[in-house]
Amino acid sequence: MSAETIQSRREWLLSDRPASRLQARLGRAYVAWRRFSANRLALVGMLIIIALLVVAAFADVLAPYSPTVGDLKNARLLPPGAAHWFGTDDLGRDIYSRIVYGARWTLYVVILVAIIAAPIGLLVGTIAGYAGGWTDTILMRITDIFLAFPKLVLALAFVAALGPGIENAVLAIAITSWPPYARIARAETLTVRNSDYIKAVQLMGASPFRIVLRHIMPLCISSLIIRVTLDMAGIILTAAGLGFLGLGAQPPLPEWGAMIASGRRFILDQWWVAAAPGAAILIVSLGFNLLGDGLRDALDPRSGDQ
Amino acid sequence: MTTSITVEGLEVVFDRFRALKGVSLEVREGESYGLVGESGSGKSTLLRAITGLAPVASGTIIVNGKTLGKTRDKAFYRDVQMVFQDPYGSLHPRQTVDRLLQEPLAIHGIADGEKRIERALDEVGLGKGFRFRYAHQLSGGQRQRVAIARALILEPSILLLDEPTSALDASVQAEVLNLLEEVRRRRKLTFLMVSHDLAIITHMCERLMVMQNGQAVETLTASQLIGHRVSEDYTRNLLRASEGFVRV
Repeated sequence: MSAETIQSRREWLLSDRPASRLQARLGRAYVAWRRFSANRLALVGMLIIIALLVVAAFADVLAPYSPTVGDLKNARLLPPGAAHWFGTDDLGRDIYSRIVYGARWTLYVVILVAIIAAPIGLLVGTIAGYAGGWTDTILMRITDIFLAFPKLVLALAFVAALGPGIENAVLAIAITSWPPYARIARAETLTVRNSDYIKAVQLMGASPFRIVLRHIMPLCISSLIIRVTLDMAGIILTAAGLGFLGLGAQPPLPEWGAMIASGRRFILDQWWVAAAPGAAILIVSLGFNLLGDGLRDALDPRSGDQ
Repeated sequence: MTTSITVEGLEVVFDRFRALKGVSLEVREGESYGLVGESGSGKSTLLRAITGLAPVASGTIIVNGKTLGKTRDKAFYRDVQMVFQDPYGSLHPRQTVDRLLQEPLAIHGIADGEKRIERALDEVGLGKGFRFRYAHQLSGGQRQRVAIARALILEPSILLLDEPTSALDASVQAEVLNLLEEVRRRRKLTFLMVSHDLAIITHMCERLMVMQNGQAVETLTASQLIGHRVSEDYTRNLLRASEGFVRV
């Protein structure tokens, strides 16, 4: 592609008078991307998350050994080396392979929690903010009750009630993480609900449901995306914490938190058993945080001409 | 001539504040009626009460022969539309002009959307080039034209104008006012227009009502106002103030 065609494409994207719906939408996305990519650290964060996705997708190819079946006889607690990059654990399983497969479970937890918690929070918050009055009071007091519990303790209680396992851990984390989203969505809703453009839609005879869904929610979504991305690190840590306490993923599932828990017993002599999954959690959490910061700069409705 | 809007003894109360204290007025069909007064005199509140945006405590509002209750139905909004004062606040920041204009058509289930949007944009003097722009890609005057197009797309018979030009600079003001005049003539619309600018009101309206502190001061025709044939002191003061600075 020559420099000229790139130049003309950029002009097409940044055009002041887009000729189609698609061009308008792409132009908008391009502006957001330019703002995002100006932030080097955010790009690093995005690369980490993309790497996580790739590792999870191609775990079968990338992992040299089975994540669950080890060589108890010959390969117990081997230090990092050429055969086992991150060493082996007490059951003779290759830690590198387990971390690679563990990426799948990390993504599974993070995505499921985001899919469950964010829409609940968004719905509760926008409805409370737009309806006001009794609806608002009831919904927000319920939110307050959930917020009053320490997150991990409430998740613990849920897992204890539902039984240990990664699905229940996901559910417990989702139940404990929607209240902040509801708060954010409500706050955003309160700032726009009395604006003239919402009034104008009311004057067209739109139902409250339609106004919330099509006019208010799109305005809340960017701050929500930012918050969810920043929370991803916390979700991973909570999942790891539950795994560490034996209430999340059950053996022999290669979940990072559970791996640290099982490495605890020999943390002084065979440090690599706990250190490798710990480093994985650290890097992925950092990636999500950097990505979230970048998204905040790119999507913040208060910055510039959104 | 039939009446389009009749308001009798209208009271609007926000919490404990009485914003309107028993205002009555009558707007004839096809007429352009002005509401004048200082800030806080209740002229915008009157418009908002008609559209259902302000809480009516007592009094009756009759629009095209129908007495309005607490809620307004969809048919009402096809008859009555409003243009807001601030064009920077009245367009959704995340929607293209296209989306903005499509919304009323979708709400009312009107089928020939494509044609209507093109016609509406033509009518307010914005070509096709503006159809897929976002609000931030438009100037103040262009935004107000989009707001007018949005109000007209449901083909209402009454247009409520809440200081439609006060946020625009002088040359753009004239353009928008001419556009409104033209639209009114072509569509035989009834206007109820709020302004604090007497010059605009005398230019646009045949009759007008002067308001102060939520009450009607007096009702005049435009020619009475031009000829300074007014009976109330308040109106006289208003006229003097509108003449602007006098070098001493």
